Amino acid sequence: MFAYAVRRTIGSVPTLFALTAITFIMMRIAPGGPFSGNRRITQDALANIERAYHLDEPLWLQFARYMWGVLHFDFGPSMTYRDYTVSELIRAGFPTSLEVGMWAMLLATLTGIALGIAGALRRNQPVDYIAGALAMTGLAIPIFVIGPVLQLFFGLQLGWLPLTDWPGDLAHKIMPVVTLALPNIAYVSRLMRGSMIETVRTNYVRTARAKGIGEWRTIVRHAFKGAILPVVAYLGPATAVTITGSIVVEQIFQIPGIGRYFVTGANNRDYPLMLGVTLFYGAIVIFANLLTDLARGLLDPKVSYE
Amino acid sequence: MSDAAAAPADAVVAPRVGLSPFRASLRRFTANHLAVVSSFVLLFIAFACFVSPFFFPFGADDADFDNLSAPIDLLSAHLFGTDDLGRDLLLRVLVSGRVSLALGFFGAVVSVFISVLYGATAGYLGGRIDDLMMRSVDILLSVPFIFLAIVVNVMLGKNNTSLFIAVVVTLWLTPAVIARGQAVSLRNREFIEAARAGGMTSFQIILRHIAPNSVNVVIVYSSLLVLETILTESFLSFLGLGVQPPAASWGTLIAEGAQKIETDPRVLLLPGAFLAAVLFCLNYITDGLRDAFDPNER
Repeated sequence: MFAYAVRRTIGSVPTLFALTAITFIMMRIAPGGPFSGNRRITQDALANIERAYHLDEPLWLQFARYMWGVLHFDFGPSMTYRDYTVSELIRAGFPTSLEVGMWAMLLATLTGIALGIAGALRRNQPVDYIAGALAMTGLAIPIFVIGPVLQLFFGLQLGWLPLTDWPGDLAHKIMPVVTLALPNIAYVSRLMRGSMIETVRTNYVRTARAKGIGEWRTIVRHAFKGAILPVVAYLGPATAVTITGSIVVEQIFQIPGIGRYFVTGANNRDYPLMLGVTLFYGAIVIFANLLTDLARGLLDPKVSYE
Repeated sequence: MSDAAAAPADAVVAPRVGLSPFRASLRRFTANHLAVVSSFVLLFIAFACFVSPFFFPFGADDADFDNLSAPIDLLSAHLFGTDDLGRDLLLRVLVSGRVSLALGFFGAVVSVFISVLYGATAGYLGGRIDDLMMRSVDILLSVPFIFLAIVVNVMLGKNNTSLFIAVVVTLWLTPAVIARGQAVSLRNREFIEAARAGGMTSFQIILRHIAPNSVNVVIVYSSLLVLETILTESFLSFLGLGVQPPAASWGTLIAEGAQKIETDPRVLLLPGAFLAAVLFCLNYITDGLRDAFDPNER
């Protein structure tokens, strides 16, 4: 398994390289540059700035320079947040993004599993219908609608939760975390319900029941282990969903994470910032997928690493 | 609920002889009431967006200065009232819906088209070309799709065409993998061999035999593609990267409404409700289509 992990890690290098290359090239084809905004600036000054950032060099040289920096964990200077390097910006914003993201993932997994099991064991009963309706809501209503609607009701109408001025305390985290978790709650509960329904029909669960260990222990000790596998396999894609969601959630709730850098980077043609965030998040998604596959191998004896 | 709904349909279909697979699938679909109702609701919303604005006595961007921020009054000219600039809320949502719905529909059609051609080519040719083509798809699939969409959108400039391309670029990947799988299984069938023996070129075979026979496996996912196109478009527009003012889509209206929740929640809730309704319908239709048409589900 260690060999497999090493092989997968090495295999992710070309993926990350291709990702960087595609983003780099597409950003450069884009019309306009980081310094061609509305500000009045003399041609000489513009040329000076572009020289300082090596933007006057041929594209391949810029790309080589960038990749060389990346190998040293240097993602270059930001072109809109003056005096900051991209690494500094990521280091400043990532803990916040990670915290909100992790809570959302945890909430989504636990709630999703609980709802899924409840739905599967009480099939076609009120619990199942409520869980199903909740899942459909999470699937159908996009988070950029749910977020503001939550703000409207719990922040403005009821006044229970604060709206702005993020200091990172619990009260400020509740709405963003719930918003970010909802789509994954929906997916996880659907997966869990389906696989639990299938698992309780299998022979080994019947055997466990026949032993007379009781329904609760049969489900928790035996059926659960088999039924959880599709959920574990989904954790990699769930990470991607959470990261995608964090871009809007950070915007809606004014959270100082790195999701918003992506949008400002795109709008301002801040090449290094956008490349840095893409590469960073790309690496996280690939890493999450690797962890997911390893976890599947640990839990499921049928999975083998060729 | 879907399996419960599908069961009586099978009972109806089974004893009959000579029912074509398509008719049988159609019957299974129409037995799924939720999916049928969703289809009608979706058609109704589309009709409201594309046709009904012609019957309003004013335009979507016309300001009615006598009725600024008019309240909801179903008996007045402005059914759902007006915003702070005097624009009719309902009409504005309906007209914006045109962008979202049209993009969703054409985005899905083009995605299906590209993915089937790509998947059929890779699957039929096989070998190195297949490896190369599918490896690139894998790389693109491993990136969170929104990154790709934003980069493409920025690259081509902020307009509706670039938005369309950005959405399609990210959505053709999964159906391409599905179509390729179908093409691989078709490659060694007798009728393909016959075509080859008859002297057709690979290009002709892909176009005339492989691609048409791979479409059916992808078509089941088409309503999901419409859903994802609309979702991606509104996501980008919400972030200010998609549809640009003065044009508007549901995404831009929702972004506008999110800014105004303290003064006028209707600006958020009305487009949000329309978008959610469309996505609900598409979800149920997708479920219905899959239960009815997917050969693996039977």
